[in-house]
Formats: sequence, C-alpha cells, structure tokens
Amino acid sequence: MKNMKVFANWKKLDKNFREKTVNYGIVLVAFLVIQILSATGNLKNSISGQLVPICTYVVMAISLNLVVGFLGELSLGHAGFMSLGAFSGTLFWVLNCETLPRPVALIAAFLIGGVVAGIFGFIIGIPVLRLRGDYLAIVTLAFGEIIKTVLNALYLGLDSNGFHLSMKDTMSLGMEADGKVLINGAIGITGISKASSFVIGIVLVLITLFVVMNLVDSRAGRAIKSIRDNRIAAESIGIPITKYKMMAFITSAVLAGMAGVLYALNYSTLVAKKFDYNTSILVLVFVVLGGMGNIRGSIIAATVLTILPELLRSVADYRMLVYAILLIAMMIFTQSPKAIAWRAVMVEKIKARRPGKGKMKQGEEG
Amino acid sequence: MALLEVRNLGIAFGGLQAVSQLDMTIETGHLYGLIGPNGAGKTTAFNMLTGMYTPTEGNITLDGVDITGKTPEFISKHGVARTFQNIRLFDGLSVLDNVKLGLHNQMKYSMWDGIFRTPKYRVKEAEMNHQAMKLLKIFDLDKEANLLASSLPYGKQRKLEIARALATNPKLLLLDEPAAGMNPQETDELMKTVRFVRDEFGIAILLIEHDMNFVMGICEEITVLDHGQCIAHGTGKEVRNNPKVVAAYLGGE
Repeated sequence: MKNMKVFANWKKLDKNFREKTVNYGIVLVAFLVIQILSATGNLKNSISGQLVPICTYVVMAISLNLVVGFLGELSLGHAGFMSLGAFSGTLFWVLNCETLPRPVALIAAFLIGGVVAGIFGFIIGIPVLRLRGDYLAIVTLAFGEIIKTVLNALYLGLDSNGFHLSMKDTMSLGMEADGKVLINGAIGITGISKASSFVIGIVLVLITLFVVMNLVDSRAGRAIKSIRDNRIAAESIGIPITKYKMMAFITSAVLAGMAGVLYALNYSTLVAKKFDYNTSILVLVFVVLGGMGNIRGSIIAATVLTILPELLRSVADYRMLVYAILLIAMMIFTQSPKAIAWRAVMVEKIKARRPGKGKMKQGEEG
Repeated sequence: MALLEVRNLGIAFGGLQAVSQLDMTIETGHLYGLIGPNGAGKTTAFNMLTGMYTPTEGNITLDGVDITGKTPEFISKHGVARTFQNIRLFDGLSVLDNVKLGLHNQMKYSMWDGIFRTPKYRVKEAEMNHQAMKLLKIFDLDKEANLLASSLPYGKQRKLEIARALATNPKLLLLDEPAAGMNPQETDELMKTVRFVRDEFGIAILLIEHDMNFVMGICEEITVLDHGQCIAHGTGKEVRNNPKVVAAYLGGE
C-alpha cells in the first residue's frame, strides 16, 4: 500500500523532473551493478575493458544530441572535437602528472581538454553556423578531417629551450640532446600513464547529464529548440539565432573534448587516426538510433552498440554481419511508425492484464 | 508623432518591383487593414516591416526609432511582433513553452543560472509561467498549456501564435491573414479577440486579410495594394466604393 502511494505521488511530479531522475537513476544503477559484479569477480574481462569506452561514447552521444537533436543541425565532425580534447588534455597530463599531485593534474587535464575543444568549437562555429542543412554537414565533416590530418602530421618536442613544433618529422624539430618528443606524428603520444577509470567515466557521464539536461530545460534551451522547430518564427520574436547556435555548438564541443581526455587516458598511446570520420558517424548512429532529442535513448544506444561487438566475439566470422542486422532491426523497432503502433498495442495489452491498475486509481482519489 | 511611419517604402527583387512608394501612418490604438489581390505585395510589406527583407528604398520609423533594414531581432526588441500567413509555431514544444519563448527578451537569466538552477532561475521561471498562463487564459488556451503546440486544432494554433506575439510586449502587432481557414463563427470570435487585444494591451494592430467582412467590420483605416502600388486609402466605406479597388478585385478598366 505504501509503495502505491509513492507511485501515485511520483506520477504527480513534474514530467521533466521525472525524466531527469530516471536518467540519473539508470546511470547510478548501472554503476552499482558493475561495481558489485566486479567485486564478486563475475565481470568478464572483455566487458571490463569496455567500461571506459562506453562512458566516453555515452558522453559523446549526449553532447552530439545537443547539436543534432535539440539545435537541429547535422554535425559530422564531432570526433574532431574529441581528438582536440584528447591531444591537449593528454599533453598536459604527460607533462605534469609527475610534478603535480595526480588528482589535480587529472582535473586540470579534463578542463584543458574541454576548453581547447570549446575554443576550436567557437572558431569553427563562426563560418560553419552561417550554413544550414546539408552544407553545414559537409563543412563539419571537412573540419573533422582537417583536424585529424593536421594532428596526424604534427611533431612537438620539448627541450631546455622550450617547445619545438614541426609538420615534417622529428629531425626538423632541431632539439638539443636533452630533448624529448611529445607528439610524434602518426605515432602520436606514447608512454601515457593511464589514469582513466570507470568511476571517473561515470562522474563525467553524470556531469554531462547535469549540464545538458538542465541547459535544455531552461530559457537558453528553449531558445535552442525554437531554432530547430522554426527558425523564422524564432527570429520574429527576437531570439538571437547565432548566439544560441553558438552556445549549443560550443557546449557540445567542450563535452566532446572532455570525453576525448577520458578516452585517451585509458590507453598508453594516443593516435589521431582513431578520431576519424568513422567515429563521428558511429556517434551519430547512437544519436539517431536513440532518438533525436532523446537523452535516455542516447545513453542506451551508445552502451548497447559499444558492448555488442564484444558480445559477438563468439560468432567471430559473422560479427559485423550480425552487428549490421541488429542495427537495422533496432532501427525498425524504435523508429518505424508500424513498429511504434505495435508497441503501443502491446503496452495496452500488458496494462489491461495487470490487476493492480484499478486499485491504484481508487487510491489516487481517496 | 505617429507610432509607425512608413515613407516611400519599396523593394525590388532583381528586376521585379514587388512594392513601391508605400506610405502608411499608424497611431497607437489603431486597427489598420492592408488589403489587395493575391500577389499585391502585402506579405512582402510585412516582411520589410519586421526585418525579414531589407527595403531597397524608403524608410520605416517606429516610435521615433529608425528600423529600416534592421535585423528581425532588433525590430522585435523595439516593439513589432507578427504572426504568419502559414502558421509558424514551435511544433515540438508545449503550448506554454511557445508563449514563454515570446517572453524571452522580457525576463532574462543566464545560461549558468539555468544549468545550476540558481534562485534567480526559480524566480524568473515562476514569473514567466505566471505571465504566460495569464496570456493563455485570455485566449482560452490555459487548459492546453502542457500539450504539444502541433496537437492543437487549427483555430487554436492561430490564437496561440497571437498569444506568442503578444508575449514579446509589442507596440505594434502585425497579423498576416488571421482569419484564413476559419468558419464564420470562428471569424466572429476572432474579431472580438482582436478588438479586445487592442483595448486590453493598448497597441496598434496592422492586419492583412482577404475576408472583406472581417476587414470592413474591424479596421478603422485601410490601405489597398495592387501590383505593389498603393491604389486607395481611407475608411472601409471610402475604399469599398473606390472604382480602382473594384477594378483591381473584379478586373476591368
């Protein structure tokens, strides 16, 4: 009886508040389940290795959803911001993890990754956000590739005279004998002292949820969504379009940059090739499959689709085939109008069968 | 000085002169009609008044401020609001949020207040909700506040668009064919609403409309456009009996 009262009160709460609480709840429950499984030794190695990447992709999907789902602009260069964050944050970490206290250096690395990605988000946003639709998609795609290509050809060294930068090779850095190569072109950054963990990943996911969900459900978020729904009407009531487009774009870039730091510090080497077009598309698939503007969908899609290839290792030869078929099946199940209607019918059937339903209504009245 | 002064306004798209030498003077509290056959340039004139198009000649002064060729954002902030011929609501948002967006420049708090849910956020949101609900009540939309804007029936969508425009606290409201697609009853109701809005908010209203009963019944002053030119101006009676107007609508010499 007491449970029912809680349930009835729960239904009366504001819808946004309920949605948010459930989203935080899903993440916390997932965290607890994983912690219990790993403490009791029931967690498979193949899964535990995926925990940090899952958190990374969840953050990537939620942040991209801000641009694609809430602002309504198709961005195909999200991995570019991820790599900018990854390289700048990791560079700071490599230089400072021994001199500064580790937690301080770590937090600073995340902040630097976010800020650098945000600054580039602003710079790239100036030309890109003047465009619309397909053109915007193409240009973001190009910027993503430019970032990858430049980072792939970048050489950076440090010696007693300071930093040396080159786009050719390590020799042309012209360093003293005590010099150390920090970024070695296509080989990237090596010898990273691993720092990411599942706990840090979950904290970043919660921060992302907090920022994006509160932003979307506020004055600024309303303005962002109004641009998506009807740009001309938004202009006519005095919404500064460019300002809010920029706000969504930069916030998204900052979070992607932090996700990049989380990802990079999970491995001992960092190469630019990882953050190519495929990664951008992968994150876009998470967003589209989870539903545009649906944050919970992004979390679930990113998690399931990151684990799936690992789970399919038993059918190694057909792995990508099964992955593709499941992707299509999920797309049909979640997005096709017929499947949605069928699901609604099933939900009704299940509800009709549950005997507790009638009683609860009486309780609400009393 | 008049609220809105339009002098010699004109716009050309390439070789096509869509509107030329348009003059209008609207006082506060006036109900002003802009009529004419299809393609006469009425909506184009609206688009110039609201900054969607930049005029190629002439100027527009609102309450002493020159708003010629300014951005829609600037013009909205200086007190011109509008509705659209083909309804433009924020379909994916609730009825309440649509009106709260109209209040965007009235009640402000920063992005950070929103993210960190500061006391300022709570105060301003409560104020916005209160104000928006008051407006919705006027248009009898308060019961639908939490529905999606796209789920409203046509007549209510038109009303919601007017409520959203009024939320921007305008001095001048432009209505682009507000009675389009309405049945006679709804049109009658709308007439009352428009008069009520004018009296309640003390603003000037300029409207485009094809329903002549509506225009003649409500507008104190009318300008008739044809092929981008002003062909007649005056009260309903004067305009109705003007041979040029009859010719423009029915054809003839």
